[in-house]
Amino acid sequence: MIEYRIDRRSGVATYLQIVQQTKQALRLGLLEPGDRLPTAREVVEATAINANTVLKAYRELEREGLAEGRRGLGTFVRGTLGRGSEDGALRAELAAWTDRARAEGLDQDDMTALFASVTRERFTTGGPTGGPTSDTTSGPTSGPTGSTTSDTTGSTTGKGDEEG
Amino acid sequence: MTATAIEAAGLGKRYGGPLGPIGRRGLRGRRGRRAHWALRDCSFRIPTGRICALVGPNGAGKSTLLAHAAGLLAPTEGALRVLGSAEPAAVRQRVAYVAQDKPLYPRLTIGETLRMGRELNPERWDDTIAERVLAEGRLDHDRRVRALSGGQRTRVALALALGKRPELLLLDEPMADLDPLARQQLMGVLLSDAAERGTTVVISSHIVTELENTCDYLLLVNGGQVRLGGEVEDLLHAHTLVTGPAADLTPHTVVESRPSGRGLTALVRPEGPLADGWRADAPSLEELLLAHLRSPEAPVLLTPSATTPTEVAA
Repeated sequence: MIEYRIDRRSGVATYLQIVQQTKQALRLGLLEPGDRLPTAREVVEATAINANTVLKAYRELEREGLAEGRRGLGTFVRGTLGRGSEDGALRAELAAWTDRARAEGLDQDDMTALFASVTRERFTTGGPTGGPTSDTTSGPTSGPTGSTTSDTTGSTTGKGDEEG
Repeated sequence: MTATAIEAAGLGKRYGGPLGPIGRRGLRGRRGRRAHWALRDCSFRIPTGRICALVGPNGAGKSTLLAHAAGLLAPTEGALRVLGSAEPAAVRQRVAYVAQDKPLYPRLTIGETLRMGRELNPERWDDTIAERVLAEGRLDHDRRVRALSGGQRTRVALALALGKRPELLLLDEPMADLDPLARQQLMGVLLSDAAERGTTVVISSHIVTELENTCDYLLLVNGGQVRLGGEVEDLLHAHTLVTGPAADLTPHTVVESRPSGRGLTALVRPEGPLADGWRADAPSLEELLLAHLRSPEAPVLLTPSATTPTEVAA
């Protein structure tokens, strides 16, 4: 059974932390289709967070096709997220890019910021949802950690919106 | 609209002064203390099934509000309905209240304290949950309450309150003397039990971070009035933290504005789209509360579910 760790200081919405940790577990193979997620009650008791927060996270996972609720039985893993860690070609390209950036004098924080900025840009302007307003004023939930991306990716692919 | 756990209309409570016309002693009460209003013109609503944070600075009126809801104090003016009853004391059977000082009988043992709970609440009492609260504290039933530490007394008081199986649970600063582990464990038991039974919980605290993940409803009390009330999520969405050049922020409602470099940072309630050139961020609950505490003159904001029907009509 997966155990969620809630970081109250991270600035990432609590329900998103649960979503992200579930996805991470899927990616690492710690969870596979058919596995049962802990009940809301179990999560609440272990983490002392509000039950609605857990339910919201599970709804989000269901919406992305990664989990399904079975009446009276619990919430079960449905989808998989196998890519990323195994994709050697992409990884190698990114490694080469990192070396080049380092040679040009960027430090780790510069690179992380640049990468986050570019992915955010590609996912907000490149998606079919279109209509990029100005870059930051996208309503009350816009935040630097990507809390709005969960809204915009719903109609696209539903992946790549993690790692704030 | 869902059922209502607590509803206040124009609630006011004055301490220390005579009720009648001002007498010879002027505004001084029987104890010679100057009369003051602990609550004034307090109107709000808490729907059932919520975990509601009651926050505010010291002396804001939080404890007074909870004691009214528990039926232990009578309002000086206005009205308070609890679980549908205009007389909060009449529904005390269905309400559990843990006061700040955790009053227990010091000479009883823990076992005897639980027996008291069982016998005073014959139809409602549930040993299982009471034992669950005690279990993690490794508290023997034959220990006397008098010999317990502050944190252990809190545990016994919470066992008693939850064992009663209340529909409304009122907790006044419940976690103040618990260590972090006990706090997390007890909050976990409390929240999972409340979610399972649909219990309404009102928790007062001034430790804001403690409430951020636990509460889905909020009442901010300051100066004897509810300044903010409603679903935490809705209240957060109603506010935006903007950073930008010093400029006019109308038509937005400005809660707080502070200089930041050559420009300013402000917490606003946006009315329509924000002007170009402003950076907009979602505030955290802590930022929202602190801004309102620093700016007590900000207009009151109650979401529709926190508004009393009489107020809508008015």
